[in-house]
Amino acid sequence: MDNDLVELGETISDALDNEIVEKVISHGELTITTRADCIVKVLTFLRDDSQCKFSQLIDIAGVDYPERTQRFDVVYHLLSMKQNQRVAVKVCTDEETPVPSVAGVFSTATWFERECWDMYGVMFSDNPDLRRILTDYGFQGFPLRKDFPLSGYVEVRYSDEHKRVVYEPVTLTQDLRTFDFMSPWEGAKYILPGDEKAEEAGEGEG
Amino acid sequence: MAEVQLKNYNMNVGPQHPAAHGVLRLITELDGEIVERIDPHIGLLHRGTEKLIENKTYLQAVPYFDRLDYVSPINQEHAFALAVERLLECEVPERGQLIRILYSEMGRISNHLMNLTTHAMDVGAMTPILWAFEEREKLMVFRERASGARMHAAYIRPGGVHQDLPPELLDDVWEWTETFPAVMQDVETMLVENRIFKQRCVDIGVATDEEAMDWAFTGACLRGSGIAWDLRKSQPYDGYEKLKFDVPVGKYGDCYDRFIVRVEEVKQAVSLIRQCLENMKPGPVSSMDRKVVPPKRTEMKQSMEALIQHFKLYTEGYKVPEGEVYAAIEAPKGEFGVYLVSDGSNKPYRCKIRAPGFAHLQAMEFLTKGHMLADIPAILGSLDIVFGEVDR
Repeated sequence: MDNDLVELGETISDALDNEIVEKVISHGELTITTRADCIVKVLTFLRDDSQCKFSQLIDIAGVDYPERTQRFDVVYHLLSMKQNQRVAVKVCTDEETPVPSVAGVFSTATWFERECWDMYGVMFSDNPDLRRILTDYGFQGFPLRKDFPLSGYVEVRYSDEHKRVVYEPVTLTQDLRTFDFMSPWEGAKYILPGDEKAEEAGEGEG
Repeated sequence: MAEVQLKNYNMNVGPQHPAAHGVLRLITELDGEIVERIDPHIGLLHRGTEKLIENKTYLQAVPYFDRLDYVSPINQEHAFALAVERLLECEVPERGQLIRILYSEMGRISNHLMNLTTHAMDVGAMTPILWAFEEREKLMVFRERASGARMHAAYIRPGGVHQDLPPELLDDVWEWTETFPAVMQDVETMLVENRIFKQRCVDIGVATDEEAMDWAFTGACLRGSGIAWDLRKSQPYDGYEKLKFDVPVGKYGDCYDRFIVRVEEVKQAVSLIRQCLENMKPGPVSSMDRKVVPPKRTEMKQSMEALIQHFKLYTEGYKVPEGEVYAAIEAPKGEFGVYLVSDGSNKPYRCKIRAPGFAHLQAMEFLTKGHMLADIPAILGSLDIVFGEVDR
């Protein structure tokens, strides 16, 4: 299986030498990274080339890495029934730069891109219908970004007084408890209660 | 005669409508009774599953998968378990694999029973649903006897399954496979050659093979359009390659073909269940890697290490090596996939859930175009939509 993948990767990188930035095979999966502006070309090639025939766009996933300047990954999962292979195509982008829409290559991309826009705020240029899809009418913010709080900002309830549903800022009667069970010597980033005293004492001596 | 200006009529269907199979709002544009355009509004059941999973350990994420497609909960845990196992490079013992297949196929039957008969009810046949739900109930009891829960089982966990099955259960399942085909036969007699049912389904909502590819159809919807593709055959997981079964394929890609494909899949699933029961040998049901699978309670009473491992696994959880995988299974509704990104900590960095219904529902627009308003429930029913997974 892995040999086939290496071969497939070679075929793709030979044909798209300028477009492909990186090519990784891990856990039996081929992931290629490309520049955002040539995503349409890459996906069209993968769909039409007789060696590839990736006829189905299975999914588009967004991933957020807030510490990077290009904070978003957009991952396109393709499936080739002819080759019985999968490939993931990855592009990076930030909040401002739109990714060209691939709705012209795979019709199903419209909703997947809408979802990615709704959840992460990744813009897709030329998408025929880039509205929000999963969140509430009039929702603000992008919930799957890492800087969006788990509890959200507003909550809804039916107000008997106004005879309609009203939106109010989230109030938690009990603090949202986040337990971090990672051991401090295994990478947990908090200071154990009492540890700050040791530091103070150390400073006093020095 | 004065010229009459005709205007298309916009109608709102849902979000609460029995034929919408959940909370679906459809904005339809009608020309008389002909559907011109349809705009599904989804997300009314959006619970932020993916966000919640990012804030839970890998084990705590399992129950969220039950709550996606709540008609076939166990199948989805399977996809998540496969994804995590691939990152951990963890092997599942044979008995564990067979139990997983056994319960996945039971899930397939219970999903198809629900879909076939509610679809029939949407187009006017009231009787089969009552028969099918009786059988579904029995399947839920089997699920309860294995996991303690009728629906939200949290049974398939990374590393294997939660507990071994009680010995009498296997005999009872076998007994059930002997009586069930007769019920299925009754359902078929009621529907397959039924004139009213055929009038409502044949040539309705046709998707050609190219369209099915383009709109990312998977599962029974894809096979209904004549493409022989089944992940259990082509990319087998957990030992499906050792079992014998056929992949039914439709011809015309209409509602009727999708229906017939599912009927045949139920029969194949019964045969798969029997093969699992025949091949089942005693042995461990989950990986013996104590860094992933917690020890059994009896062991904890004897061994200090077991107690520590148990405590650590249920508080901190296990850490999954850095990397990303996409694991897909042939869920009853189509390809259910989990794209898992791990940053090496005890919580998933990102867990994208690929729900088959999401892609299928998007195709509603072209499937309904030019059909009558009354065909909408027939088409929707044949796509097998459940909002838990569409909205996530």
